[in-house]
Amino acid sequence: MKLHNFILFTALFLFFTGDALAQLTIYSGRSKALVDPIIAKFEEETGINVRIRFGGTTQLAVAIMEEGRRSPADVFWGQDGGALGALHNQGLLANLPEPILGGIPEGFKNNDRTWVATSGRARVLAYNERRVSQDNLPESIFDLTKPEWRGKVGWSPANASFQSFVTAMRKNLGEEQTRQWLTDMKNNGAVAYNNNNSIIQAIAAGEVELGITNHYYIERMRSENPTYTVNMTFFSDNDIGNLLNVAGVGVLNSSRNKENAERFIAFLLSDEIQRYFVNETFEYPVIYGMDDYDSKLIEALEVSPSMDLELLSDLDATLRLLRSVGLL
Amino acid sequence: MRLPYFLRKLPPWYFLLPSVFIGLAVSIPLVYLIIRALGGDFSETTELLFRQRNLVLFWNTVSLTLGVVVVTTLVSYPLAWLSTRSDIPAKKFITMIGVLPLALPGYVVAYAILGLGGDNGTLAMVFGLEISRLTGYWGSLLAVSLYTFPYLFLNLRAGFLGLDPSTEEAARSLGYSSFQILRKVTIPQLRPSFLAGILIITLYVLGDFGAVSLMRFETLSYSLYIQYAASFDRIYAAIIALILISITVVVLVLEYKLLKGLLFYRAGTGTGRKMRESKLGKLRWISYGFVGAIILFSLIIPIFTILYWMAQGVSPAVWANLGDAIRSSVLVSAPAAVLSVLMAIPLAYIAVRFPSRTSNILQRFAYLGYATPPLALALAFIFFSLNVVPVLYQTFALLIFAYALHFLAEAIGPVRSSLYQASPKLEEAAMSLGMNRFKAFLKSTLPLLFNGIIVGASFVFLSAMKELPITFLLAPIGLDTLAVNVWSYSAEGMFAEAAPFALSILFFSVFFVGILFSREWKS
Repeated sequence: MKLHNFILFTALFLFFTGDALAQLTIYSGRSKALVDPIIAKFEEETGINVRIRFGGTTQLAVAIMEEGRRSPADVFWGQDGGALGALHNQGLLANLPEPILGGIPEGFKNNDRTWVATSGRARVLAYNERRVSQDNLPESIFDLTKPEWRGKVGWSPANASFQSFVTAMRKNLGEEQTRQWLTDMKNNGAVAYNNNNSIIQAIAAGEVELGITNHYYIERMRSENPTYTVNMTFFSDNDIGNLLNVAGVGVLNSSRNKENAERFIAFLLSDEIQRYFVNETFEYPVIYGMDDYDSKLIEALEVSPSMDLELLSDLDATLRLLRSVGLL
Repeated sequence: MRLPYFLRKLPPWYFLLPSVFIGLAVSIPLVYLIIRALGGDFSETTELLFRQRNLVLFWNTVSLTLGVVVVTTLVSYPLAWLSTRSDIPAKKFITMIGVLPLALPGYVVAYAILGLGGDNGTLAMVFGLEISRLTGYWGSLLAVSLYTFPYLFLNLRAGFLGLDPSTEEAARSLGYSSFQILRKVTIPQLRPSFLAGILIITLYVLGDFGAVSLMRFETLSYSLYIQYAASFDRIYAAIIALILISITVVVLVLEYKLLKGLLFYRAGTGTGRKMRESKLGKLRWISYGFVGAIILFSLIIPIFTILYWMAQGVSPAVWANLGDAIRSSVLVSAPAAVLSVLMAIPLAYIAVRFPSRTSNILQRFAYLGYATPPLALALAFIFFSLNVVPVLYQTFALLIFAYALHFLAEAIGPVRSSLYQASPKLEEAAMSLGMNRFKAFLKSTLPLLFNGIIVGASFVFLSAMKELPITFLLAPIGLDTLAVNVWSYSAEGMFAEAAPFALSILFFSVFFVGILFSREWKS
């Protein structure tokens, strides 16, 4: 009896998990908290039925590579230019139609037009206001290796956005200088955390005084709690520590719902959703012409080093470097 | 027609075939890992294998495991004794205390402990006490011990309850003191229960990465997770996974050697008489303090942390999602629990009724499934399903099967224990009345396994409710469980949003633990 029921159960499951109903399947490295409201709006406006698989950006990119032609994904939405570049390099992404990309500045879309940024995120220096005075903050990411910061800096060598920053450093300043910086940081007792958020919590707890993280976590914390002791700043203009990375999307070559996928991307680039990113996630928009929002984007572009985001896909060499320095 | 001798000694096919099938299924991840590890360039592979860093990771892993074994033993032995043999009041309550931490996801416990210290920690807020946060080895040791000790506690508790009072009475009549009895009679008899609990804890610690990653303590599992999460190549991840599995094989062999010849102590139950309760006397207040400390650390602090998060204001969208997440979690965890037990029965049966080297090895395979790091197991199943049975990719069936296979070891212990206590004579009697062996098993033995089945299924259910890596990788698109929500929200620092999901895990687990013990308490 029990066994019969079980077999029946299993058969029903198998039956109901087919993708007959979905008209658009998204693999999202962006968090559910952020994505769900956008999807709800999109479904409401277009009547398109969406399925989403959430996960880590790199993890989902790897899943798509393993799945190959059989991938159920129509759209890949990642937190990091590197992962999009990696999919592009494998020839897995389809060309995007020019009208979608019209208002997007160069640098926020790749040269072959297979992916486009949906929002910008900057690397910043986070610090504990109670413990460090603003006048004493380091000017450059290379100052973090000075003895005065010994054991006081938090970082996250295992984190994808940190690794993208290291890739950028390699491309801009060369292997040797990057290796030297990593080694100096390690010897200076930089404290490794598992992700950006853990760094910020450690700074708030007074475990470390400084940290290198993405910018938007801190803005969110401060908006929720005005007395929050963690603040942030950029290094001096064009310092590689101010890298402006992106979250972005691409449509898969293997997709059978390309039209819906493109509609979704156009939707993400609309004023409405761009405002949502700025207000809810404190990221930078990727389009101009939204009044008060422009100044933020202009500021971020000014302080960040110029960087071809496509080069960030060279992750393997970065991982080899991190391993050889003993950080991974 | 009479079968040749060696075939007559074989277990019946309906027990043997499932066992062999399970053995094969457990081997899939191993084969996958070996293929991946050898797939790389030879010099690169050897370089990765003999990195100095692996030694550090290895040492961290071993020292944490040993530490957890010591701490959980120090917690579980007294607690099990108090809850079964002493005259302490509210024994049911104490038993619940010993089970509930199973319902707490490890990383939630870690967040709670981290949240105590620091400038803005609970201690600073409430008592004005600014101490640095407990992290690294000691933080990991505390967190991991707190949520794994129930595995040992429950085994020891069952052991204490199953002891035959007459051996102790005999020792007493020979003039042994209470302490001598404990040391020379009771503890040796509890060795199988002790080893069974320690084995599960050891394997759990070896594979766990949630708490250690937050505590910044780098073990092999944490490193495996990092390699997997960060990298597009799988070679180093496969190498670390194989190192981990080698450690667990050593543990399994060690356990087997220590257990050899001991198993029949369990047979000594069935005297219907109750064990005398020991008076606590002067130890009473120490015992209360001990129980109080356990309650404080393993329940009050984590639960209050969750409630504190929730008090920060949960966004309304979360409540809309909660029902869905509960449904998803139960819909995958419950069938996984049933399937695990269905797999555990044949394995336990052939190991107990047809003890031989082969049946023993097959049974050990169940533990190998537990020992395979969940990430590696999930990757192997992705690879296997995509290449061999694409229809199964991203289905509920595959996810449930992977859960069941991974958590089988938790189910097999209780099922095996109750099988030891079910006399084979009943089955023989049923067969002599003309039933075939299968029917005889169903009618006479299976009802006696009920308790073990319930306990085993509950273990698997609780673990599956908390499970992360396998769910992340194998879940059908759109399925999103309570545990995944807790992890995703808390990793983004959105603790208020994570709280309702964590509480739901706790609530459902309490519900099931209640079912688990209501039967015992009724009788």
